[in-house]
Amino acid sequence: MSAGTNLAMKSLGSDDARIVDLSTSTLRELNGALHALNATNETLWRVLNPRGLHAIAAGVDAPVTIEIDGHVGYYCGGMNKQARIVVNGNAGVGVAENMMSGSVHVTGDASQAAGATGNGGLLVIDGNASARCGISMKGIDIVVKGSVGHMSAFMAQAGSLVVLGDAGEALGDSLYEAKLFVRGSVASLGADCIEKEMRDEHRALLAAKLEAAGLAGEVDLGEFRRYGSARTLYHFHVDNVSSY
Amino acid sequence: MNDITNTPRTLPRTSATFDDYTLSEIRRAAATGIYDIRGAGAKRKVPHFDDLLFLGASMSRYPLEGYRERCDTSVVLGTRFAKKPIELKIPVTIAGMSFGSLSANAKEALGRGASAMGTSTTTGDGGMTQEERGHSKTLVYQYLPSRYGMNPDDLRKADAIEVVVGQGAKPGGGGMLLGQKITDRVAKMRTLPPGIDQRSACRHPDWTGPDDLEIKIGELREITDWEKPIYVKVGAARPYYDTALAVKSGADVVVVDGMQGGTAATQDVFIEHVGIPTLAAVRQAVKALQDLGMHRKVQLIVSGGIRNGADVAKALALGADAVAIGTAALVALGDNDPRYAAEYEALGTKPGAYDDWHEGRDPAGITTQDPALMARLDPVAAGRRLANYLAVLTLECQTIARACGKSHVHNLEPDDLVALTIEAAAMANVPLAGTSWIPGVNGNF
Repeated sequence: MSAGTNLAMKSLGSDDARIVDLSTSTLRELNGALHALNATNETLWRVLNPRGLHAIAAGVDAPVTIEIDGHVGYYCGGMNKQARIVVNGNAGVGVAENMMSGSVHVTGDASQAAGATGNGGLLVIDGNASARCGISMKGIDIVVKGSVGHMSAFMAQAGSLVVLGDAGEALGDSLYEAKLFVRGSVASLGADCIEKEMRDEHRALLAAKLEAAGLAGEVDLGEFRRYGSARTLYHFHVDNVSSY
Repeated sequence: MNDITNTPRTLPRTSATFDDYTLSEIRRAAATGIYDIRGAGAKRKVPHFDDLLFLGASMSRYPLEGYRERCDTSVVLGTRFAKKPIELKIPVTIAGMSFGSLSANAKEALGRGASAMGTSTTTGDGGMTQEERGHSKTLVYQYLPSRYGMNPDDLRKADAIEVVVGQGAKPGGGGMLLGQKITDRVAKMRTLPPGIDQRSACRHPDWTGPDDLEIKIGELREITDWEKPIYVKVGAARPYYDTALAVKSGADVVVVDGMQGGTAATQDVFIEHVGIPTLAAVRQAVKALQDLGMHRKVQLIVSGGIRNGADVAKALALGADAVAIGTAALVALGDNDPRYAAEYEALGTKPGAYDDWHEGRDPAGITTQDPALMARLDPVAAGRRLANYLAVLTLECQTIARACGKSHVHNLEPDDLVALTIEAAAMANVPLAGTSWIPGVNGNF
């Protein structure tokens, strides 16, 4: 343990949670302590009174569980590696942005750009996600139990976005190779995004993502539709100019 | 009936408006239906540092001895918030250029040359390569809208982070790398299918505006434990407000890139018609820093059309802390070298004019991913050329500084300068040569 000396938290023993109260500890103290973790026995952290602070548990690279009791601001769990982060509340802009691995679970709603540019790991949002969910995603898996806002999966490169509710306007605009599954309605598809056939391998992929999100057997795979890139904009051609 | 052979005739006259270049572009557009894409920066003539002169020493100032008295050139960047500011030996840095747009050998050569002279290089849109990290003693990692290759490990390996809002060649435009240069390695680094035309985003995916940027910078500082200097780079457009907002957002360093600054590829119309010249941007940026009481506390790097030590000295005299070079560094490596004249001609161009960097057919092996062409560039020899060039820039800048009686190049000041044109006097906020008139400031000749 190499936390700062001012860190106002208590250890309840090796099997218990390490508690950090952000009404008495600073964000820097929390993140500094989380960054100092290597081979640690302190595998369960509980963060109290997050009060919408930004960048909580950003840049963690350790196989620990971090439970945050309350609402978080922007970029919670940003660039996460390995850690399992649970937000018992709502999340601000860019939750789990650029995540590499591990998981982030938001029990409430998420604001814009949830999971933006994520390279890996799993982001689960129990509520709704706002606009641009999964923008420029690069391999992350995102499961939203509610609905997503407009321009979700904009320029999404890789990974999968699973939406149990509805999708807003311009889903998957300028999509690359990310795979999109939506159970409800889609207000409109963005440029170069089309509905695609749901084959067995896609059903298997969807089932795996739902299982990872704790939804195995709870949702009928047959209710989902698959969307992907038509790949017509991969090479600029003057005849496609009206698509841009 | 007149005898046509004996009637005086005027010479054939081409239009100044519809000149040969313009006509050729109309024909090209009519034939292809697509705008012209090219590399490099603005090629049109704009007010520049050539329009300024140093006054040197005279009765009221005495100079320093050229070969005996010291004239320091070091610059420290990131003193505002970063725990680990970076110190460069010379006030000339290498601007952001991506692996992908440049060959691996070119990136290595930039690292070798810059490191030999004690200065930094900068990654580009496409992530950090091991070669680049290995050969650059001081490496600035760009944080771009595309976030290609972005990861926390490389972020922590960097010596500084540059949040790119825009660049001088295309303020408001995103990156462009066409399929010819998307090799398997480039594609893998960017998580894209090989061979596709890649257009990266023009704005960041998870923040909009200076209030968000402040939060984003806060996150980057948290992830890197407040160690790294964080730069904010803007294309020269509204430099007074952009600089002020970058300071407000928490930048340690502001980078202002004028319209002469190069790009790997973008539309010619963008390069030539959006943004303002470097000369017009420097004083505005400096004024913003001064008005906020942050001049020299937040450092200013100026780029776009820096070619020689006089340009460096002029930028510093106007208030910059350092300059960055891109195009000039590529030329030092061997870009547009006349020894490849025949090959440039085969590409329909000539040495000095070759700017189809996006096509990946660079005879000099710099703006290409073709293994055979790339092999033409010896990174050790090219790195040495860059080091030599950086040394000359520094020596020239010192020569001027000593002539003005300065023991550090940062002691150069606007009072050392006059302008040759009214436009330059107005932009640089220095007197027209031979007068005390600064347009917009006073009315006295």
